[in-house]
Amino acid sequence: MIEALGFEFFRNALIAGFLASIACGVIGSFVVVKRMASLAGGISHAAFGGIGLGYFLGISPLAGAAAVALGTSAATAWIRMKAHQHLDTLVGAIWATGMAAGILFIYITPGFAPDLFSYLFGNILLVPRETLLMMAILTAGICSIVAILYPRLVAVTFDEEYASVMGLHPDRIMVILLLLTGLTVVMLIQIVGIILVIALLTLPAATARLFSRSMKELIVGASLLGIVFTTTGIWLSYAFDIPSGATIVIVSACVYFGALPLQHRVLGRRESV
Amino acid sequence: MKPPVIEVDRINLGQGGHRVLEDISLTINEHEFHAIIGPNGGGKTTLLKVILGLIRPDSGTVRVMGGTPHEMRAHLGYVPQFRTFDFQFPISVQDMVASGRLGHLRNAFQRFSREDMDAAAEAIETMQITHLKDRPIHDISGGERQRAIIARALAGKPSILLLDEPTVYVDSPTAVRFYDILSQLRETMTIILVTHDISALSPDVTNISCVNRHLFTHHDNQITEDMIAGAYPCPVDIIAHGVPHRVINDHDNRVFGGRK
Repeated sequence: MIEALGFEFFRNALIAGFLASIACGVIGSFVVVKRMASLAGGISHAAFGGIGLGYFLGISPLAGAAAVALGTSAATAWIRMKAHQHLDTLVGAIWATGMAAGILFIYITPGFAPDLFSYLFGNILLVPRETLLMMAILTAGICSIVAILYPRLVAVTFDEEYASVMGLHPDRIMVILLLLTGLTVVMLIQIVGIILVIALLTLPAATARLFSRSMKELIVGASLLGIVFTTTGIWLSYAFDIPSGATIVIVSACVYFGALPLQHRVLGRRESV
Repeated sequence: MKPPVIEVDRINLGQGGHRVLEDISLTINEHEFHAIIGPNGGGKTTLLKVILGLIRPDSGTVRVMGGTPHEMRAHLGYVPQFRTFDFQFPISVQDMVASGRLGHLRNAFQRFSREDMDAAAEAIETMQITHLKDRPIHDISGGERQRAIIARALAGKPSILLLDEPTVYVDSPTAVRFYDILSQLRETMTIILVTHDISALSPDVTNISCVNRHLFTHHDNQITEDMIAGAYPCPVDIIAHGVPHRVINDHDNRVFGGRK
């Protein structure tokens, strides 16, 4: 197994998994405590429309995905502000519309869409060196913004109304958080693909949450778990010659479901009043 | 005579096609302990949120210490309804209380100073939860959580403390101790308390308003049962379930009588 480290593609895969895990740990923690998992799913599926658009326009599908993911994040933040109660339905609509637009764009584009499957299901073993650089810059950017805004992000995700009373502008903070979620989603598309993005964004954080007493513990725990999940998944995927994205998600899910019964023993949490 | 700390002037507010608040004017002076009562759905919480600047009225004005609620936000401490909280959120009592200082920071780059941490520690001390400060909020009891929420409001060193149904989810002994703490706080701040449960009103309350779309204020210390009957067309059911005679007599003998 160790001989795999001799291959550049394998080392790149491990580095990509490491970077994605940190971004996921940081953003996923907020997504989980703010209960925005379906929102993140909506953004990632809408990004498929961007991939189709990229093919159609003859530009990089990933650039199309980034544009649509960020646009959707901003739009969702705006809708969230205006119509709280309908958010759930709107997320469903955005989710389906993005997928449908992607399919239509790919259909009307002449020729064959070569990497379509890797955008849908991800292929971390095919991450090129220049993408790694972009991922490193994105991860550093996401971490710095969260570090600067940390006390405000925690206050707004915990209690938006009180944050508003204190003059913190929760709407602006939520726009930033959703844009960061959009960026993370685009990064993750390379690793696990659009369909499995929510899993990598939420499972490490949801598992770490079972044992965390503070947001700091949660973020660090989720990042470390993400690194363990992606590394394990990449090794298994290489060893058994199975799809990497799906393997990473199955590993994450197994640990999450395995950890669920343990939480009461560790924290002794009270369920209600 | 100092100017009033809160002046609500002819507020109207509609939500979803319904008139929630109609022509409401209310003046609250410094060091009042003002209870806002009324039936469920009568607009008590909405009125509180209008005073806090969270909801903008369709017409009318709100002045807090001479400014807008937004300008004077550092003077306002808010204790929201208990049920609006996500107690599974991973945050310690200490961090939650300290977050009450965020309104005092000038910009996103400024961090908590010694003064901020001292104010948080003092609020934790006042609410007698120092022994719990490192515990996560999901790991403490309902009464302890309620005290932590009030401590967060106190950490901002408010001049006006607004509480929304603070005793609903705590047992009676906790509620009694809670009112003891409020009567201590009265020395240093104005208190506005929203509740639907007039049987649980503290004897320290100095003024009572009733909201049921309209507002009926009882400024007069010498309040009588006749006046109540006249000015209180709204909460017949509340008076019935709140053991009205005892409450009104309490006002005469203890609260207002004590201040003559």
